[in-house]
Amino acid sequence: MAAILDARGLHKNFGAVTAASDINAAIEKDSVVGLIGTNGAGKTTFINMITGYLKPDRGRIHYEGRDITDLAPRDVTRIGICRSFQIPQLYASLTAFENMMIGIGVVLRNAGRGGFFSRGRPLVPGYDLPAEDVADSILQRFGLAEYRDRNAQVLPGGVRKLLDIALTLVAKPRLLLLDEPTSGVSAEEKFEIMEMIMQAVRAEGITVLFVEHDMEVVSRFAERVLAFYDGRIIADAAPGVALSDPEVKRFVIGGELRRLDEARAGTRA
Amino acid sequence: MKIVNVTHGSFYALGAYAASSITGALLAQGMPPSLSYAVLLGSALLVTLVVAPLIERGILRFMYAKDEVVILLITYALFLILEDVIKLVWGVNPYFIAEPYGLLGSFDVLDLTYPYYNLILVGVAIVCGAGLTWLLGSTRTGKLLVAVIHDTEISRAMGINVERMYLFTFTFGSLLAAIGGAFTAPTVSVVPGLGVEVIVLSFAVVVIGGLGSLPGAALGAVIVGLVRSATIHYLPQAELFVIYLVMAMVLAFRPRGLFSLAEARKI
Amino acid sequence: MSTDRTPRTLGLILAALLAFGQWLPQWTLFLVTIALAKGLVVLGLMILLRCGLVSFGQALYYCIGAYAAGLLGRLFGLSDVFTLMLAGMAAAALAAFALGFLLARYRSIFFGLLSLALSMILYGLLVKTEALGSSDGFHVLRTTLLGIRPADPWVRYAVLAAAAVAATAAALLVHRYLATPLGKLAPAIKDNEIRVEYMGASARHAIHVKYVIAAALAGLGGALAATTVGHIDPEMAYWTTSGEFIFIAILAGTGSVIAPFLGALVFGIIQTVAFDVSPNTWQMVLGSALLVVIVFLPNGLWSLFRRRKAA
Repeated sequence: MAAILDARGLHKNFGAVTAASDINAAIEKDSVVGLIGTNGAGKTTFINMITGYLKPDRGRIHYEGRDITDLAPRDVTRIGICRSFQIPQLYASLTAFENMMIGIGVVLRNAGRGGFFSRGRPLVPGYDLPAEDVADSILQRFGLAEYRDRNAQVLPGGVRKLLDIALTLVAKPRLLLLDEPTSGVSAEEKFEIMEMIMQAVRAEGITVLFVEHDMEVVSRFAERVLAFYDGRIIADAAPGVALSDPEVKRFVIGGELRRLDEARAGTRA
Repeated sequence: MKIVNVTHGSFYALGAYAASSITGALLAQGMPPSLSYAVLLGSALLVTLVVAPLIERGILRFMYAKDEVVILLITYALFLILEDVIKLVWGVNPYFIAEPYGLLGSFDVLDLTYPYYNLILVGVAIVCGAGLTWLLGSTRTGKLLVAVIHDTEISRAMGINVERMYLFTFTFGSLLAAIGGAFTAPTVSVVPGLGVEVIVLSFAVVVIGGLGSLPGAALGAVIVGLVRSATIHYLPQAELFVIYLVMAMVLAFRPRGLFSLAEARKI
Repeated sequence: MSTDRTPRTLGLILAALLAFGQWLPQWTLFLVTIALAKGLVVLGLMILLRCGLVSFGQALYYCIGAYAAGLLGRLFGLSDVFTLMLAGMAAAALAAFALGFLLARYRSIFFGLLSLALSMILYGLLVKTEALGSSDGFHVLRTTLLGIRPADPWVRYAVLAAAAVAATAAALLVHRYLATPLGKLAPAIKDNEIRVEYMGASARHAIHVKYVIAAALAGLGGALAATTVGHIDPEMAYWTTSGEFIFIAILAGTGSVIAPFLGALVFGIIQTVAFDVSPNTWQMVLGSALLVVIVFLPNGLWSLFRRRKAA
């Protein structure tokens, strides 16, 4: 299977902090990869470098054979890589529908449609429907139709997360990077939400990378796991293998399981 | 405090007017000129303690939740109102008190004559700057203030009286402006419109130095002062706009000013 | 989808001005024309305000437009109102295109102060330029309209007619622009620039374009103002002129392309009345009016009209 994304030798330092140290990863087309690791291990930095928000100090990133290391986030989006955020990045003063419409407007403009001289209702590339229909259909797919006309800032946490992810589909990405898609969501809902996301996404044949702290979610949805620790990738295998790796157990899961046990025993407030 | 405060210029003017009128009146009644310096300071204190709390409690207090641009416009509106209030109270004729300035005489440096009074101005500036730095860094009040500026919600949750902090900050800031005006008064003719020029210059200084940075403001002020003087001396035609040129150039190379505060990670 | 009433309203206003203008007294014609000129500048300011950017230096382009118009008259004897307006617009747009490369990188207070600095630099330069009359400025040629030289009592009406046509055209074009994806990007840029970048658009590019449009409108307004007043001076680039435009923008609100003109008219009336009634306290009146509007009508006068079609 061809590699849709290939990161080679990525290094990134912020002063004394090493956020990435010799990161190498080749992501296969159509696969679903889980990124695990404790906070500060370098997962979001990895995503930030792929999407051009940060430039690596050393190393190159290739997407579909093309070197994208120096591209800005807007160019990375235009070529087919979209991402969601740990903290949902929404337009607070606009409604959910308007949030979608802004994104769709940008896609139209990038395709040369809907500009100053155009007439009628232009069709959104990839969907072949007018903008409003695309917005409504995506909102529907994520179960957000009832929040259509409510301002983003008053939406409940889980809904904001879903909207943030829904926005990523507007540009018809071929590679999707989800940064903690289920964080801030109750334990019972995590699976439901991941199901909904995966269904909406996999139907389009999109390659997915997702950052996740819940190991059960990872085992269930990921075909492959990349474990991060201290800026390095310490494991790269199928979930069954990666999650039993002693280093992973020690540096990643160990922390998670300990917190889970403590939560169950009620020793944490 | 994260508000851009145009009223600051008004306090400069208020300080100048109060100082010159009170000092002038007392001198006419026979006060020895050596006391005039204390009177300058006292007038600034008096006028600030009367006007600043009124403004802060009366109007600004209700506006902090609004957009920063809106707050700026509110302070601009207050500035316009105060400009005319000053005209109503003190009239449009210029005030001039020469005694504090002339009393000290001057000394010669190279081929220039330098008045001693200017040393006092420099001294006052240094004292205020040092005092403010000490206040913010070493006193309890100062540290509480820094906390409030960073996050009012958490500060409130921790029991800090945010309202009182804001009142204190606004009053203290205005006091500094008034002191500036009061001590500058003996060197100029105090007329309406005094606040206008100073406020634009102050913003230039703060922007050049970097928002929120005290050493930056000090450095900015020195730069502005030196550039202005040099320009008046060597290239008088450029006097009016050279400072804006400096501001534009600084911003072009250091978009956040010379010293800028570190920013937290966003995503 | 609700019908867009703006073009119709604009058409009605234009027709009314053209039809009834001939019976209005000279001072009213002057007031309305100046309101149209300032309204044009504020229309541009509004485009930037929607992005969350307050330009304290629109006076720069207002002044450039005015001086361009004046100089064309002085050097080439051009006096046709439409030509002068186009020239003012072009000169301002050109300057903004160049300066925009610098300014589009800044936000909030830095954008504001840098724009202020640029307009004050022009002010300083003009005051020291003897050839342009220094701080006295110079007079503008007598106006002609499309080749015709109107008789004395008709000059003001002719200028008003030209102004009304230009303003309506500008408003319609801006209205159309605001319906395009770049135009609609404004609240997004204001709320979350990172998201804008990640959706595939360049906030800086969008702001650059808006900045040039705003400048072009200001230049248009400046040329018109120069023609109406008959005199040009460096004061047009002073920061208090920019302050006036911002004042009108707040007064009007950002709800519609018609709002800036309405705001400019109301401002003109307040200013005239306040100055007549009490010349020493008109600043206080202005300041109080500004406070009242900010506190009680945060979305400007236009929100009074908006409420009628409330959700």
